[in-house]
Amino acid sequence: MLSVPNFLKRVRGSGNRSLLLLMPLLLLFACRSRDAAIEELQNSRDAAAIAETEDWPATFGFGKAATASQIALLDTDVRPDGRGLPVGSGDVVTGRKLYAAKCAACHGATGTEGPFDKLVTAAGARGNNGKTIGTYWPYATTLYDYINRAMPFNAPGSLTPDEVYSLTAYLLHANNILPADAVMTAQSLPQVQMPAKERFITDDRKGGAEVR
Amino acid sequence: MNDDLVKLKEGEEPLFYRKVSRRTMLGGAATAALVLVQSAAGKVVQAGLPEAAFTAADPTKIQGLPPGEAGQKSPFEQLVRLPSDTSSRTPLQDLHGMITPSDLHFERHHAGIPAIDPAKYELVIHGMVEKPMVFKLADLKRFPAVSRICFLECSGNFRTGRENMTPQEICGLTSQSEWTGVKLSTLFREVGVKPKATWFLAEGSDAAVMTRSIPVRKGWDDALIVYGQNGEAIRPAQGYPARLLLPGWEGNTSVKWLRRIELSDQPFMTREETSKYSEPVRDGKIRQFSFEMDARSIITFPAYPTQLDKGWVEIRGIAWSGRGKIRQVEVSTDAGKSWQCARLQEPVLDKAHTVFRHLWEWRGGATEIMSRATDETGYVQPTLAQLLAARGEDMGGYHLNPITTFVLKRDGQVLFKPETWR
Repeated sequence: MLSVPNFLKRVRGSGNRSLLLLMPLLLLFACRSRDAAIEELQNSRDAAAIAETEDWPATFGFGKAATASQIALLDTDVRPDGRGLPVGSGDVVTGRKLYAAKCAACHGATGTEGPFDKLVTAAGARGNNGKTIGTYWPYATTLYDYINRAMPFNAPGSLTPDEVYSLTAYLLHANNILPADAVMTAQSLPQVQMPAKERFITDDRKGGAEVR
Repeated sequence: MNDDLVKLKEGEEPLFYRKVSRRTMLGGAATAALVLVQSAAGKVVQAGLPEAAFTAADPTKIQGLPPGEAGQKSPFEQLVRLPSDTSSRTPLQDLHGMITPSDLHFERHHAGIPAIDPAKYELVIHGMVEKPMVFKLADLKRFPAVSRICFLECSGNFRTGRENMTPQEICGLTSQSEWTGVKLSTLFREVGVKPKATWFLAEGSDAAVMTRSIPVRKGWDDALIVYGQNGEAIRPAQGYPARLLLPGWEGNTSVKWLRRIELSDQPFMTREETSKYSEPVRDGKIRQFSFEMDARSIITFPAYPTQLDKGWVEIRGIAWSGRGKIRQVEVSTDAGKSWQCARLQEPVLDKAHTVFRHLWEWRGGATEIMSRATDETGYVQPTLAQLLAARGEDMGGYHLNPITTFVLKRDGQVLFKPETWR
């Protein structure tokens, strides 16, 4: 639609008045037919979906009710507001020892070396610096969730809540986000403000002509 | 030696390959291929035969193999994926048609392929639902089933840097299957998803316990829980016995080995949607929840390492879009100065690899060939320079879908034209 005024200018410049008079009509017709086509498509899809389920029973009755204990076994996720964090606590000193024993082999002695993901922003580093926790992680709760579910790589899911809290405290301290005496708990962890949070935006690509 | 090889016992003579020495039949030859033979006792068994056995004889002068339980590829056709530690890539340049054979479907996993007993498989759906439920595989199969063809693509599917790169190396983290399963909306209906639920967490049962947050609208739209791939059970590398399938969305969101879905009114901000699968864009921003795969195409012939002969060439490739159908594919044979519409092979499906072909007479001059796709939203596959202009110098490696160029030399050599930006 943005190109229409330019197009009209070109038509006017050419002196072709009959076409100019016809333009609004043509445009109206083009727009209406396109909208109608979209609406028709939409309706046909809706209609198909409705037709598909209208003969269905309210419930098929397949499967069983999930019990609370069944759900609790699996439901370990932790959300940015702290929901899902277990009882426990951890400190930087304990976390540093755990890191050396269980994490340093993959992430480097100080978290800056690798060979696998760099976790700590090196002194004087610029930019994303390998997407470290300090430069690229928007939520501190994600650290707890991920370490708990998938680390260490050779023994995933083997850490206690206190150990995960301690590692989280140490890694946040190593990235200059927490002081050395910080203690992480279900209450304190969601309060941690991450430097990268303000950088995150939701996908703004929409299809159509624009490249984003 | 392969455990499947059944040695012929004393007195059992293979009926169809009498000319092959007993010693070869008993296996041990390094080049042995598995074939079925009938023993003297009438039992059909597998035995090792040298590949020469397939070529030495005039096939019209010897009885062929009997029917067997499971088919084998011709020993002349041994396509392979290209594995790394965490993924393997589909040989796009060697495939025909729109379906990727299941054993060549690309892999990407974060902690290996778990071994799951289908009899013990369970999917739990809970959170903001009226009735938290657990479904066994047999339960999932009882619901009304649907099949659809669509592509999957890893959002990190872009490699560059060398001239001697095949389509498999440049772009092999995309594949296409016919998937069969139950609509997620059918299960949403069954558990009674609450109107205020806006996101759900999908969780896998691999050692990464992979998790992604997905908008509920995708669940009502076209999400599937699939257990079938190209007519058989899905392969372990593809999520056996059941996975989430989100047509058109970045592959990581189609969580494999799916064990749990939790409905929520907020995203969970897992590692795989924050520090991974997000991309730096302009002004220091990081783009997140970039679900749809934008339109892309690649020429699969002629491409490196083809040695091209002068004369008529049918340029071939695939095009796809995560936002709908491919509307048009254009091919340029003069380094982008002019573009011609390629023919699209039917069926042209929603969110699916679409085969294109363009007939061209190559008279022997040096040139560059490339393709660009347009989808039904009007999006035109960009150049790398256009992506860079839109996203800035810090542009990350996810969601890169640039026009891919192959350089054609006078001597018929075809090379990838690597473009880099950092």
